[in-house]
Amino acid sequence: MDADVIVIGAGIVGAACAHALAQAGRRVLVLDARIGGATGAGMGHLVVMDDNPAELALSRHSTAQWRGLAPRMSEDCAYSGCGTLWVAANEEEMAEAERKQQRLRAHGIECRLLDAAALAHAEPALRKGLAGALEVPGDGILYAPNAARWLLAQGGDSVRVEHAKVDEIESDGTLRLVDGSRRTAPQIVLANGIEATTLCPELPIRPKKGHLLITDRYPGTVHHQLVELGYVTSAHHSEGDSVAFNVQPRPTGQLLIGSSRQFDTTDPAVEAPMLARMLQRAIGYLPGLADLNAVRCWTGMRAATPDGLPLLGKHPWREKLWLAVGHEGLGVTTAPGSAHLLAALMTGAAPGFDAAPYAPRGLLERSA
Amino acid sequence: MTAMALEHCDLLIVGAGPAGMAAALAAAPSGASIAVIDDNPAPGGQIWRDGPGAALPPAARKWRDALERHANIRVWSGTRVVAAPLRNELLLEDAERGWRMQWTKLILCTGARELLLPFPGWTLPGVTGAGGLQALIKAGLPVEGERIVIAGSGPLLLAAAATARAAGAKVVRVAEQASFAAVAGFAASLLRWPRKAAQAVVLADPQYRTSSRVVSAMGATQVELARLLQGDREVAIACDRVACGFGLTPNTQLGRMLGCALTPADAGAQALAVDALQTTSLPGIYAAGECTGFGGSERALAQGTIAGHAAVGNERSAKPHEAERTRWNAFAAQLHRSFALSPDIRRLPRPDTLVCRCEDVPFSALADCSGWTDAKLHRRCGMGACQGRVCGDAAQFLFGWTPPAPRPPLSPARIATLAGLAVPDDDVDRQ
Amino acid sequence: MNGPTLLLHIDGQPVRVKAGSSVAAALRVAGGMGVARTSVTGQPRAPFCGMGVCQECRVLIDGRQRLACQAVCAEGMRVETSE
Repeated sequence: MDADVIVIGAGIVGAACAHALAQAGRRVLVLDARIGGATGAGMGHLVVMDDNPAELALSRHSTAQWRGLAPRMSEDCAYSGCGTLWVAANEEEMAEAERKQQRLRAHGIECRLLDAAALAHAEPALRKGLAGALEVPGDGILYAPNAARWLLAQGGDSVRVEHAKVDEIESDGTLRLVDGSRRTAPQIVLANGIEATTLCPELPIRPKKGHLLITDRYPGTVHHQLVELGYVTSAHHSEGDSVAFNVQPRPTGQLLIGSSRQFDTTDPAVEAPMLARMLQRAIGYLPGLADLNAVRCWTGMRAATPDGLPLLGKHPWREKLWLAVGHEGLGVTTAPGSAHLLAALMTGAAPGFDAAPYAPRGLLERSA
Repeated sequence: MTAMALEHCDLLIVGAGPAGMAAALAAAPSGASIAVIDDNPAPGGQIWRDGPGAALPPAARKWRDALERHANIRVWSGTRVVAAPLRNELLLEDAERGWRMQWTKLILCTGARELLLPFPGWTLPGVTGAGGLQALIKAGLPVEGERIVIAGSGPLLLAAAATARAAGAKVVRVAEQASFAAVAGFAASLLRWPRKAAQAVVLADPQYRTSSRVVSAMGATQVELARLLQGDREVAIACDRVACGFGLTPNTQLGRMLGCALTPADAGAQALAVDALQTTSLPGIYAAGECTGFGGSERALAQGTIAGHAAVGNERSAKPHEAERTRWNAFAAQLHRSFALSPDIRRLPRPDTLVCRCEDVPFSALADCSGWTDAKLHRRCGMGACQGRVCGDAAQFLFGWTPPAPRPPLSPARIATLAGLAVPDDDVDRQ
Repeated sequence: MNGPTLLLHIDGQPVRVKAGSSVAAALRVAGGMGVARTSVTGQPRAPFCGMGVCQECRVLIDGRQRLACQAVCAEGMRVETSE
């Protein structure tokens, strides 16, 4: 056996799983193909999402874990407790903000409503005429590629990372690498995001492409992560392209601008017309963005399941295989929570919240 | 916000240096509508840059005046390409606005940039490229009375020295890293190109030293001293400026973004690959000048002329210029051989020498990175405003890393320009 | 100064330059080594590549961020460095 556990994928989810398993006393081997996935492309927004109770439980637990880890993380993880402002453009959205406040408060999450004047004071760069916002101060941001590295490093000698690409998961759970060699362990964790379906085609994961843009340095323009309340509606269009307002102030003073969603394309090219739609929406909330310089644009592929919840748990029929995939746009937020849950299930410990909603489901029938 | 302007042309030429101007003038008699875009304030490229400190040769004036005489040529100066949103369309931007330009044929004349490599103190005010100093002086930079050390490699060092002296500076050293044998061999071969030999005689310089390279630039808040290695002897020269460049590298970014093939990787710096009619690997897209490989202005003029004729379907008129082009190809090859960079240049940076100037990333931070993407994602190298151009060239030379193909925006661009491709979003207050 | 000149303002200071000069040249005329900006770790930076590649000469010209080495001075222009 090469280790107690092999984790496939050293992105934020794989790194968090390796970290949690090492904390539980396991020796972990992480295999990373260095393809690079959503971890290096996303916003790194740590946000409580309450579209459904399971998402709320996972994101709430996980953001609390991040807050606990933050003081120990290295400076290049760039953690900032800037909080989120859910921006309401009109009275209808303000009513949604109030309902959101009720839901979050009922689960012990600190939040407060800002009226139009308070919002203008908190974020002077926002356009006039917005109705207000819901502030969630416990939300934050971090730089995921370095956070993943940090998590792996915390494991010391218990976590080993190997640059290797898995070609096939054999029927007894042995991993055959691209170079022909094999790796084995009593338990395997699949945590390689959008690449998961190359090894397990039965997984119900589809790519959801997103565009991002980062500006030159303009410190002090924006202070919280700003997200439109309409984001929730956009995030759950199951077909068709959509954009939503989502802007993050980076600690460097740069502004990171999203977000867009396109289904079922794996072409990583930046599509100028899609980018333009996303930027028009952003300018609609932050008019001053128009005059700022864009330095870089890129895309990422979110690994999306049909119901928007990740798959966390034992694979129903593959030997030794555990799943930590399908995190869509919440991979960074929910990495520690996912890892906590999965490590508990794998070691027979009691998870801190109900694992049932994330149990692997919706898989295509096994072939032969 | 009103909808973005859309312009049309038959032939779009990117770059108004010798190649771009020649292409425009070769194509003009066809009557095609020709648009020439260029990011500098006036046509001429680097070699024929105009300004209060420039001494334009008569040929340069002749080309520029000819450009203005044709009613079907429109020059858009101060203009950059931001993106290629559609086949046959470029997104452009100048200081005032962004707009779309549709084209039927495209000629890339994007030239070359200087290879600027890191050495201790290279970020001090007063340190520039060698071609960089020449460009700054031509654009009016006062250097009268300043002591200047010029270093690096290539004939550009002597050209920069001549410009600096003409502007009243005291060039106290020209440090060429190539050996005397290599440079002398090159000088002897210039007899094949009499016009170049004449230029060389004019440029001959008592301060010129071969087998010489800069070791560091020193000073508190600006350059005060340059340390150089001459042979195996270290010398220190008090100076106000260090102008250091290591030759030219082709500007292939727009071509690569469009999907044009490059020349093979083992034949020196990669350039846009072209055939005998200056066609790239993409139909309808041509390339001419330094972006197809170093060759000097004479070759650029020949290539541009061929491309201009070819782009308007006049291949017969292109043919007579092929001999001229061939003549200058040999010159380019000789240059490349003579001024090849010594591997010792890789040892110039110290651990604390910055490699990425935009993000202040030191050499020591990159030493254990596995490649360009690793260095960028984990150390911020290449995440700044130059979009990895300067540090990318440095990293390629120092570590052999190849950066990935460029994405839009091709240079920092206003968000308004990128957004302009979509209609303004006027339903922000209604879901 | 021979030939036509013009007056612009750099960080509030009046500066007279030869007509056709770049803003990069004007920075030098204004004083020092023509520092345009401060690096992310606080070092002074002046124009470096001279041809619009390195981005070291980013300044505000009449409120818009532009490269000084590729901007021609105009009468009454207001330039702000981030020194």
